[in-house]
Amino acid sequence: MTAAFEGIGASVRRKEDLRFISGRGHYTDDINRPGQLHAYIRRSDRPHAKIVSIDTTAAAAAPGVAAVFTGADLAGIGGLPCGWQIHNKDGSPMAEPKHPVLAEGKVRHVGDPIAVVIAETKQQAKDAAELLDIVLEDLPSIASVTAAAAPGAPRVHDDVAGNVCYDWHIGDKAAVDAAFARAAKVVSLDLTNNRLIPNAMEPRAAVGDFDPTTDDYTLYTTSQNPHVIRLLMGAFVLGLPEHKLRVVAPDVGGGFGSKIYHYAEEAIVTWAAGRLKRPVKWTAERTESFMSDAHGRDHVSTAEMALDAEGHFLALRVKTLCNMGGYLSTFAPAVPTYLYATLLAGVYKTPAIYAEVKAMFTNTVPVDAYRGAGRPEAAFLIERLVDTICHDTGHDRVDIRRKNFIPVDAFPYQTPVALQYDSGDYFTTLDAALKAADWAGFPARRAAAKANGKLRGIGISTYLEACGIAPSKVVGSLGARAGLYEVANVRVHPTGSVSVFTGTHSHGQGHETTFAQLVSDQLGVPLSQVDVVHGDTAKIPFGMGTYGSRSLAVGGSAMVKAMDKIIAKGKKIAAHLMEASADDIEFKDGKFSVAGTDKVKTLGEIALTAYVPHNYPIETLEPGLDETAFYDPMNFTFPGGCHVCEVEIDQDTGVTSVVNFVAVDDVGRVINPMIVEGQVQGGVAQGIGQALLESAVYDEAGQLLSGSFMDYTMPRADDLPNITVGTESTLCTHNPLGAKGCGEVGAIGSPPAVMNAVVDALKDLGVRHVDMPASPQKIWAIIHSNRPRMAAE
Amino acid sequence: MPQVTLTVNGKSASVEVEARTLLVELLREKLGLTGTHVGCDTSQCGACVVHVDGTSVKACTMLAVQADGASVTTIEGLAKADGTLHPMQEMFREHHALQCGFCTPGMVMSAIDLVQSHPEGLTEAQIRHGLEGNLCRCTGYHNIVKAIAAAWPIMHGKVPAAAE
Repeated sequence: MTAAFEGIGASVRRKEDLRFISGRGHYTDDINRPGQLHAYIRRSDRPHAKIVSIDTTAAAAAPGVAAVFTGADLAGIGGLPCGWQIHNKDGSPMAEPKHPVLAEGKVRHVGDPIAVVIAETKQQAKDAAELLDIVLEDLPSIASVTAAAAPGAPRVHDDVAGNVCYDWHIGDKAAVDAAFARAAKVVSLDLTNNRLIPNAMEPRAAVGDFDPTTDDYTLYTTSQNPHVIRLLMGAFVLGLPEHKLRVVAPDVGGGFGSKIYHYAEEAIVTWAAGRLKRPVKWTAERTESFMSDAHGRDHVSTAEMALDAEGHFLALRVKTLCNMGGYLSTFAPAVPTYLYATLLAGVYKTPAIYAEVKAMFTNTVPVDAYRGAGRPEAAFLIERLVDTICHDTGHDRVDIRRKNFIPVDAFPYQTPVALQYDSGDYFTTLDAALKAADWAGFPARRAAAKANGKLRGIGISTYLEACGIAPSKVVGSLGARAGLYEVANVRVHPTGSVSVFTGTHSHGQGHETTFAQLVSDQLGVPLSQVDVVHGDTAKIPFGMGTYGSRSLAVGGSAMVKAMDKIIAKGKKIAAHLMEASADDIEFKDGKFSVAGTDKVKTLGEIALTAYVPHNYPIETLEPGLDETAFYDPMNFTFPGGCHVCEVEIDQDTGVTSVVNFVAVDDVGRVINPMIVEGQVQGGVAQGIGQALLESAVYDEAGQLLSGSFMDYTMPRADDLPNITVGTESTLCTHNPLGAKGCGEVGAIGSPPAVMNAVVDALKDLGVRHVDMPASPQKIWAIIHSNRPRMAAE
Repeated sequence: MPQVTLTVNGKSASVEVEARTLLVELLREKLGLTGTHVGCDTSQCGACVVHVDGTSVKACTMLAVQADGASVTTIEGLAKADGTLHPMQEMFREHHALQCGFCTPGMVMSAIDLVQSHPEGLTEAQIRHGLEGNLCRCTGYHNIVKAIAAAWPIMHGKVPAAAE
């Protein structure tokens, strides 16, 4: 019997699914430790206020309460660190005010934690928190970046003038100015990128545990990167050395960036467990998630393109204000700079680019990376600008893109904003998407819709992103305070089964299957004999975690390197057993053979020999078959592609329906097509959500108005279409797998495709641009404010 | 404190609870059935859906005392004693209808009720509308809709379950 193909390229059903569909997933809130206490956090309901007094007497005396802690109790520990330092135009470092674990003296956003009550039960802790007598004195506050930048704006931090975290730039200003001076045409567009709340379905949770016999701490947490949390919390907040602190991120119910960062609650439960000598558990209620999980996006920009008479892009000038929120989250400063402005070339050969980015503090929840992180903001800006150019000049939307694409033979391609693209073919993804979406047949569909009283539009985006984060030397030179390599440990057991320990983390991506396929393919071991282990600093040598679509491109490459070492060692053992030279040993399909002979040893036989080394070259070779590799990438990877969206607008209700969506992406090597398709569909759903439904709404003072699922419009099943996914890949040239990454492409390429379709649908009304989200209210108002003019025409 | 006696996944349980205890808290915290999840505090997300006397219920909208005398089925109780999965579980796996798995238990329980209550057939639009009470942030619902459509004929005896 031939076993079903389960290696690279097979849509193997996921190994992890059995536990998830049976209710046996093991998430942080499912963990209960003996003697466990429960924490409830009392948060600010004000955007900006001075803490006048906190009286904990009544709360501390309430039934079941073990302890009440405030900022004063935690004064001896460090603030939450920021992992990336940006420098201003003048070379000075960014403003980096302290981010206390519990508020010290002031609160700076709704949701800022003030005090924690720890009790025998969750209900007792919550009841007692109501008894805290907290006196706040309101201070003037601001929520938007434009308000923060206004002259005389209230200061979020007393020592940060003008609320400016940094004022940064990239590119050749003189070259751009010169190009604008000689341009035949300049097209300008003001646009915002709406603030989003990630809302992974599993709320954040953390359990701190302390073992008094060893003084060891364990933190169970909903994290995308347990080693990073161990480093940040251990070294910068609590002063715990790595060998005394274990961080476990078990099954994690979605992250999308929001679970990268080190959060206050992780430090609180770990510290309190040590203080109280009992485990302490905290689980966010969804309302807390809305006001304490890092938000995403929130840019206000002006983009200008200089063109020649034929529609060639000569230069791009961008000015962006971005929102950091009340404090700096872990990677916040990197998002609107090196993950955004460096992407402004997109897929185009624009010869000169200059971008200025000013990051502002406001009285809102900290903003950090959310699926795509900076790259969706760049793609949205470029692709909306390209369509606006067509609107203003009459160029065809497809032709102008083709005219300005980086040619296929121009790779490696150096952009004017630092990045060097290794590979890509934007023409092929464009053609495939246009075909799949029947772009040519659209006029007939538009006419049919019009006959039914509907406004139909079609939109395109040809986007690019950078992921596979990242070469440590490069990011270090740009301000990162960490390396961004990845680690894999491949352990071949004595009887030939394999455990793979990866520093990446799976919170929905299906690593237990994809990585097992990779190992099965390379080592010739059946999939059922490979287990992938992640999410525990006590088991895995090291790792930087999962974000920036890096797991396969960087983590998978580390695995390949570790397997190369396994095979190299296996060849030496095989050579000894078969009395041949190691140079003559070939390895294929799990078998070591002597070239040109029928002598063969299986990987299992070699493994057994390695662990039972009775007949073994012990003088020159250690026993065992267990190898670790650290892989630091040579470059970023550059997925890209083309998304086409078709919408229909109901004029009476303003509701925009996505009637067709096609994504054709270049994600490099694909291990499991089924999983890649699912990743793209999920990303597109979030992108459609951003474009049509979602927005974190603050009032002017900073009160969060969209603070629950009742108020924040999450995409539901009947808001979304079927999503057609295709891949047209070129291989990454610098990692051993040729993999580029697929986790974020959906969320990056889709918002501009949707909004270009919406604007196209409204073009007869003279509409030039619509900001996201294209909510029914907004679209209805646009249609109806234009009605009199339509009637007059 | 009130005593609640109910049947959960075919087994009788009698538990003392605070009057304000929610059914989902009873299941997760008193009975250790952590397959039923809590994803929100406004009864919007559907991660906690279980069956109470055969009908899907958001276990965060029901007090434990209201379930006194009821028969409750959770995700842990769907598979047969020999481990054979329910067709809906099988179809979720077959069609890659889950990623992080957090919404999955509630999604599966809702989907089963949806299919059972539509013996006449289910259109894609009906499936999408029927899932309004369940949020998924990972999949974009595309494959969930496919899985439910594939489970309908199996659950209604129109095609045999996939041969082992």
